[in-house]
Amino acid sequence: MTARTHQGPPAATLAAIAGIVLCVAGAVSLQIARDRLYAGHSRETARILYVRSGEAVKRLALDFDALWADVYWIRAIQHYGGERLNDVGRRNYELLFPLVDLTTTLDPYFSIAYRFGAIFLSEAPPGGPGRPDQAIALLRKGVAAQPGKWQYLHDIAFVYYWHFRDFDTAAMWFQRAAELPNAPNWLKPLAASVLGAGSDRASARFLWNQILQSEEEWLRRNASRALSQLDAVDAVDALQAIVNRFPPPAGGQYSWEALVRRRVLRGIPLDPVGTPFELDPATGRVALSRSSSLSPLPQHLQIPPS
Amino acid sequence: MRAISCIAVSVFRESVRDRVPYNLVIFAILLIASSFFLGQLTAGQDVKIIKDLGLAATAVFGLFIAIFIGIGLVSKEVERRSIYGLLAKPISRPQLILGKYAGLVLTLAVNVTVMTIALYAVLAYMTWTTAPALQTAWDAPGIDARLLKSVFLIFVELMLITALALFFSTFSTPLLSAALTLGLYIVGHFNADLRNFETVVESKTAAWLARGLYHLLPDLSAFDVKTQVVHGLEVPAGYLALTAGYGVLYIALLLIVSILIFSRRDFK
Repeated sequence: MTARTHQGPPAATLAAIAGIVLCVAGAVSLQIARDRLYAGHSRETARILYVRSGEAVKRLALDFDALWADVYWIRAIQHYGGERLNDVGRRNYELLFPLVDLTTTLDPYFSIAYRFGAIFLSEAPPGGPGRPDQAIALLRKGVAAQPGKWQYLHDIAFVYYWHFRDFDTAAMWFQRAAELPNAPNWLKPLAASVLGAGSDRASARFLWNQILQSEEEWLRRNASRALSQLDAVDAVDALQAIVNRFPPPAGGQYSWEALVRRRVLRGIPLDPVGTPFELDPATGRVALSRSSSLSPLPQHLQIPPS
Repeated sequence: MRAISCIAVSVFRESVRDRVPYNLVIFAILLIASSFFLGQLTAGQDVKIIKDLGLAATAVFGLFIAIFIGIGLVSKEVERRSIYGLLAKPISRPQLILGKYAGLVLTLAVNVTVMTIALYAVLAYMTWTTAPALQTAWDAPGIDARLLKSVFLIFVELMLITALALFFSTFSTPLLSAALTLGLYIVGHFNADLRNFETVVESKTAAWLARGLYHLLPDLSAFDVKTQVVHGLEVPAGYLALTAGYGVLYIALLLIVSILIFSRRDFK
């Protein structure tokens, strides 16, 4: 009778394990090398959308259209977020509309995709593609899918108000939204106010404050940024009045330091995100700093040079 | 009845021996891993996507079980020649078919039940860990009984696909049965297009033929109410009853035809 002794794993097993480790290490190394050498390639392929027809994808999805809608939704978020992180000159949002369009064709009740599209498609470059027309088209699709949803009509009105500066059409859409059941009671007075004094900042502030009450975090974040921009524009106006009232002595240059020394200001003025405002030494023109995260301001909020 | 239940239990045990319940582990891992990652990717839509994913995975796993086990229910017995031993016992051929079908339906029922419990557990966890203020942005509550409506129709659809697989299994090889069942599954989802065929063709005969095919082929797209329940939209009880009734009658038809074919087969 012989006793079996523990001899450890046989050589063949050890060789197989070593082979597996070598293969994994080799494959990972090659992958890293490829990603480093051809970084542009993966960025370009990320910008390819093979199928753009929502109806075609809907057919191919069989029972799983809602799940495919989620896939396209995640791609839309990644595309938008990825382009926002790109250098300003290289940002390209051309896939944003087809992606949210596909998402909403596959799942017509995906409210957030319509609202996300409305806000970000209409945002001017470099923050977005600057396509309020596509935003309107997307929202109209949402209205067709869910005619009772006042939020879509409100968003259409908002795009007309904020991006097209078409106050009559904006007021008409606010009015239509107000007439829907479950619409909040502030929509009716808003329609009147937009029609009466559409271009004033108070109306814009009121609108953004309403969006700030939204349940969606990213909508609130966007509204908060827009309100900060409005605050910054108000601050620029106030500072410009001060600068005009206290010009430098003859031959001197405009500067915040000089105004602080003269005790006109208590310190160098900062915008709502803490970046100092710019003051042109030659002309005395006050402006939001280009390095501020609030920059650039929407076209209609930009203060013309005096 | 006793013979049918004995066969059903034996089919269920065989599926357990074939490691079918392993798919439940994959399902649980898929859901838990997704709930962890999706929060970072979906701009607040993680609960909606977990619901979509959970329901779609229930349907896909069930579909694979229904097709790949269903096609072997009868043909495997014939190939292994164990059919002779079975038929020598005091079991009639209809009892054998019904027992085999009931066994696979039992496997699917256990599978769908466990998956539904896992889905609700993940949703309960997500609801519990999400601030009430953020939950107001959801179209429907995290733990929503309406999801069960979709689960119910998925189960009826799986029962129908099982009946289809069994039907093909009574006269065809496993490979051909799989191809035919999968083909009919795909066709069944395009079936609704045949209903309105007369709007795109002028020929009355073609339109009539299309309408006939619409009624003959299984209308599987009707069983899909996932989008509605995920968004908290109402699916009327009448719709559920009519669709389930349609499914049950179609299953009965397939089982009757399967029994007829199998009863006439000569195993000499």
